[in-house]
Amino acid sequence: MRNGLIFLVLLVSVQCNKVFIGDQVLRINAESEEHIELLQALEKEQDWELDFWLHPVSSELPVDIHVPYASLNAVKDYLKSNNIPFSIMINNLQERLDEEEAEMEENKERERNSRSFNFGAYHKLETVYSWMDTLVADYPHVVSKEQIGLSYESRPMYVLKFSTGGAKRPAIWIDAGIHSREWVSQASAVWIANKIASDYGTESSVTNLLNAMDIYLMIFTNPDGYVHSQTSDRMWRKTRSVNPGSRCRGTDPNRNWDAGFGGVGTSKNPCSDLYHGPHAHSEVEVKNVVNLIKTHGNFKSFISIHAYSQLLMYPYGYSCKDVPHQPELDAVGRDAVNALSTLYGTTYKVGSICKIIYPASGGSIDWSYNLGIKYSFAFELRDTGRHGFMLPANQIIPTASETWLALKHLMVYTHEHPY
Amino acid sequence: MRRPLCALWVFLVLLGDCLASPYRPETEPLDPEPHETNSIVELELPPELDGTMSDGELVPHHYPAQRAAKVAQHYLNTRHGSPFRWIELHRVNKASLEDLGQAGKKYYLEISLKEVISNTDLGQCSAEVLFSGEQDQRAPQVQCPCEGMQKLNTTAEEEALFQRLNSSDSPVSGSNIPDSYGHIAPEMKPLWHLGAAAASFVMLRESNESTLYNMAQVASITQLETENGQLRFKYHVLLHDMISQEILHWKLLVSWSPAGGVSVLQTEWQPKPAESTP
Repeated sequence: MRNGLIFLVLLVSVQCNKVFIGDQVLRINAESEEHIELLQALEKEQDWELDFWLHPVSSELPVDIHVPYASLNAVKDYLKSNNIPFSIMINNLQERLDEEEAEMEENKERERNSRSFNFGAYHKLETVYSWMDTLVADYPHVVSKEQIGLSYESRPMYVLKFSTGGAKRPAIWIDAGIHSREWVSQASAVWIANKIASDYGTESSVTNLLNAMDIYLMIFTNPDGYVHSQTSDRMWRKTRSVNPGSRCRGTDPNRNWDAGFGGVGTSKNPCSDLYHGPHAHSEVEVKNVVNLIKTHGNFKSFISIHAYSQLLMYPYGYSCKDVPHQPELDAVGRDAVNALSTLYGTTYKVGSICKIIYPASGGSIDWSYNLGIKYSFAFELRDTGRHGFMLPANQIIPTASETWLALKHLMVYTHEHPY
Repeated sequence: MRRPLCALWVFLVLLGDCLASPYRPETEPLDPEPHETNSIVELELPPELDGTMSDGELVPHHYPAQRAAKVAQHYLNTRHGSPFRWIELHRVNKASLEDLGQAGKKYYLEISLKEVISNTDLGQCSAEVLFSGEQDQRAPQVQCPCEGMQKLNTTAEEEALFQRLNSSDSPVSGSNIPDSYGHIAPEMKPLWHLGAAAASFVMLRESNESTLYNMAQVASITQLETENGQLRFKYHVLLHDMISQEILHWKLLVSWSPAGGVSVLQTEWQPKPAESTP
C-alpha cells in the first residue's frame, strides 16, 4: 500500500519537479473515538493541504498523514495540544523519493544490460558467454550457469539451468548448435533463454512450469565447431577433434550417440560430414551431455534444436519402425507446430526422423528415448532451402518467437503428463 | 556371524545397483547388420518401412515423395528461373511410385508451388519424375507442365537489369552471397537468384533418390564479355546435399538474356578444398 502511494507521489513529483522537500509523513496512533473525530476534523482543514495516506477510521488502525513542510509546525502543535501520539514515519519525503527514483533507474539499467543484448544478430561465442552471466545476474532466483565440462579444444561447455528450487526436480533438456553451421539454432536459443527467464513470474504457463520442473538449456553444444564456422569455414558442421591418420578433422556429433551407432545414415570416413567417430560417445561434447543426463536421472523431455528444413521430429532415426509412443508423440508434435504456425504462418512437417528426412543412426534423441525419456524431439528450424544455413539475421527473432510457441507446448505437455 | 552380514552386504549392493539406474535399462537397439562400406550407409528399406502404402501410394510428407518433388522444383527453375524468378516447392499433396524395373522408378506427384520473389501462388501442378535404373546413371527426367507459370510477368525488371549489365563499363562481380550472416546487398539479389537458377541445372542433373539439393551460397560471381546478345557470368556455387550433408563446389559458365532465359554452358566440380588449419 505504502509503496503504491509512494509511486503515485513519485509520479506526481516527476510531473511537478521536487515539491516535497522537507515534507514529512506522520503516523498517528489514535487511542480513542475522540481522537478519531479530531483527526477527521483535520482532514477537512483545507489550508494545511494535508494528504492522508491512511484515513482516520477507527482507533484500531494507524492514520498516516503526508504533511507539507509549511504546515508541519501547525499540525504537530494541533496533535500535541490534543494529546494525540504520533511518530515521524518519513523524515524528508523528497529524499525518500530521490532514493527510490535512483533505485528504479538502477533497475532499468540492469534490464538494459541483459535485455539490451541484440537478439536479432549472430554473435561471437565470447559475447554470448558474457551475456549468460548478465542473464544470471538479472534473474538470480531463476537462472544459474553450470559448466558441464570442456570441449575438445578446451572451451567451457555451459548449460543454463532454470530452476526455482527443489532437489532434482523432473527436468527438460534443450540443446542447440550441436551442428555448428546451423547458426539460427544457437541464436534462437539465446532469445529463448531470455524469454524463459523474463516470463517467470509474469506469464502463467512458464511460471507454473518452473514451479514444478527445471529446464536445462545448452546454447552451444559444439563451441569449437561454432568458432571454426565463424573464423574459418562457415559451412563447418562437425566437432574439431583430430582423427589419427587422417587429414580431416571432426566427427558428426549427432551420429556419435549410443543408439544404433555406426548404422544407417553414417560414414566410416573421417572426411565425411556424417563421420560417426571411432566409437559411441567418443566426442567429449557428447560425453559431457550423456554424463549430465545420466547422473541427474530425472529428465522427462529431451529436445535438440537444428536447422534447416522446418521439421519437428521424434525417434527413431536409426530405424523406420515406429516407436511404441509414436501416436502420442505425433499428436503432441502436430499440436506444437500448429501453435508455431499461429505467429507467422510458418509451416512445419511432423514425423519420425527416419521417415521424414532420412535414416540416421547415432542421434541424440534416439539415445534419449531409449534411455526412457519419452518426450524426445528434434527441431529443424527455418528455412526450407532458400537461404538454408545462411538465414538472414532479421529472421532470428521471428524464428525464435514462433519456435518458442512449439517448445512451450512440448514443455507444458510434458509437465501435464508425468510418468 | 560374517556370512549373513556378507550376504546382506552383497544384497544391498545389488539392490543399490538396481535402484541406482533411474531410467529404463538401455534396450537392445533394433540394429540391422553392420555395414562395412566406406561410403554413406543407407539401408535399402522395404516398402512398408518406406512410408509407401498399398498400390505404390506414398505418404506426401515423407522423404521419398519430398525428394522427388524437390527434383521437380529444380526442373522448373531451369525452365523458368531468372534474376527475378525463384520457384519453390510449397507442399506435396499427393504422391505415388511406379517401379519400372530396369527402366527405373517413376514418381507421380501433385505439388503446390510458389514464386517466392513476387510471393505468387502458382497453384497446383502435376509432375512426373523418372529416376533412371542403376545401370543408367542418367539425370532424372521430369515432366511438369505448370499453368501457374503464366501468372508470372517479370519482363520489365529483366529488361532493365539486362540493359544495366550490358552497357555498364565495369563488369559486375561479387562473393559470398549471402554472407555468413545471411545478408545480401540489394543490387546482388538478382545475381543471387540467377545463380540459383543456374545451380538448378546441376542440382537437377546430379539428383537421385538419395539426394536433396539446395544452393547454399554463391561463393563468387564474375561477369564476362557479352556474347551473342547474352550476358555471361562465371559462377562458383556451393550446393548443400541434405542427405550426405556435404557441401559441393561447382564452377559454372552461365549465359542469360530475358528472351533466351538461363543457360549453363559449362560445369566443373571442384573437390573439397583441403583444410587450412592443421
